[in-house]
Amino acid sequence: MHYVRIILGIFAVLASVNFASAQETSQPDRSATGGAQTLEDIMARQRGEQVDNSFRSDATGDPDSAAGIAQQLGTLGGASDPELWRALRFGSAKITATNSGPAATTLIQDGGMKWLQFREGPLIKYGGGLLLATLGLLAIFLLLRGRIRIDGEKTGNKIERFKAFERFGHWVLAGSFILLGITGLVSLMGRKFLIPAFGHEAFSTVAIASKWIHNNVSWAFMLALVMIFVMWVMHNLPSRTDINWLLKGGGIFGGGHPPAKKFNAGQKLIFWSVIVLGSSISVSGLALLFPFEINLFAPTFAKLNSIGLPGLIGIAELPTTLAPHEEMQYSQLWHAIVSFVLMAIIFAHIYIGSVGMEGAYDAMGSGEVEEQWAREHHSLWVEELKAKEGATPKGATPAE
Amino acid sequence: MKAMLSAFVAIAVIAVGSNLILQDAGFSSQDRATGQAVRLDD
Repeated sequence: MHYVRIILGIFAVLASVNFASAQETSQPDRSATGGAQTLEDIMARQRGEQVDNSFRSDATGDPDSAAGIAQQLGTLGGASDPELWRALRFGSAKITATNSGPAATTLIQDGGMKWLQFREGPLIKYGGGLLLATLGLLAIFLLLRGRIRIDGEKTGNKIERFKAFERFGHWVLAGSFILLGITGLVSLMGRKFLIPAFGHEAFSTVAIASKWIHNNVSWAFMLALVMIFVMWVMHNLPSRTDINWLLKGGGIFGGGHPPAKKFNAGQKLIFWSVIVLGSSISVSGLALLFPFEINLFAPTFAKLNSIGLPGLIGIAELPTTLAPHEEMQYSQLWHAIVSFVLMAIIFAHIYIGSVGMEGAYDAMGSGEVEEQWAREHHSLWVEELKAKEGATPKGATPAE
Repeated sequence: MKAMLSAFVAIAVIAVGSNLILQDAGFSSQDRATGQAVRLDD
């Protein structure tokens, strides 16, 4: 429930999921069990309610008031066996391990089951639902609006919109994103959908190949992300024309074409989504590529707590002490959730760049677009180009 | 089209290259979780 509440808070998208919220309850009477948990505690947990575990997590013995070594139980050093196990279970025991690996001193961590249940439950349900809903909306849009045609008469003149290296960068990003998207979905959903359909043997091969592709193609994605940012950031800074463009909805429902520079406000939104969400996916992906080396969530949660965000959205303070495995579990969930959002956005981008709009694909295909298309969709950009052409003597290179 | 195809080739080259580099980067579970006294390869 822990994960669910936090992610609920961060993404209001999943607000419809109904989970018990943190409750302020006074400590119930546990005198009948001598302070140990009662049947009511167990039943409350099974009902999915939040049970304050501090009566267990803090009951880890007291070495300072240990009985003398010659007295009864004195050799236990002030902590009984149950108290020792509690310290292990709640992560407060001091452990040394001969294993030199990361996370070797975490003997018990109990985030795994919650993570597994969230991963194969709400994550697949709402993530997959988001993708299907997006495809459905695009199909409905295509049926209602149809393909956006070039309104005016085609001139036959071509204007260079993207240079070869720009298209190269775009396609490295696009190709790697599609590979990562497919292999990521295979990794997330394979157990639920592919194993029942094709069996364990076949899925094993697919899963191993998916993992190899996902881990290694990620570098192409990250490199291309940097490339795209450097190439296009100047064209994607917000400008006043964006407000007008957005107010007219990009002219997508008719009503003429609002003027736009090289990138219209819609494309700028795509650009910044790719940069911001892509970076976030890259960072959480790096944390997953190098397990236990990069801890993102405990420091982030501490920062969020310090600005009081959990209180603002009505959830309990976020945990700032996380087992190494819990860091990985949060990284995986974050990686998947942000990826789902970016995939949905990219579906729309692919749609409008291919079947959705006549003439749009040429920009990334040959790099040269029909002049009439450019005048309709990027009028200010064409004017800039024409002005530059007029001002530049033949043979000179435009300083773009 | 040429830009697209060369981009796809680049993705393959980067993937194979990063796999080679990562294998020797010392971040495998074996490298991270074992010491000199452990011989998993032999």
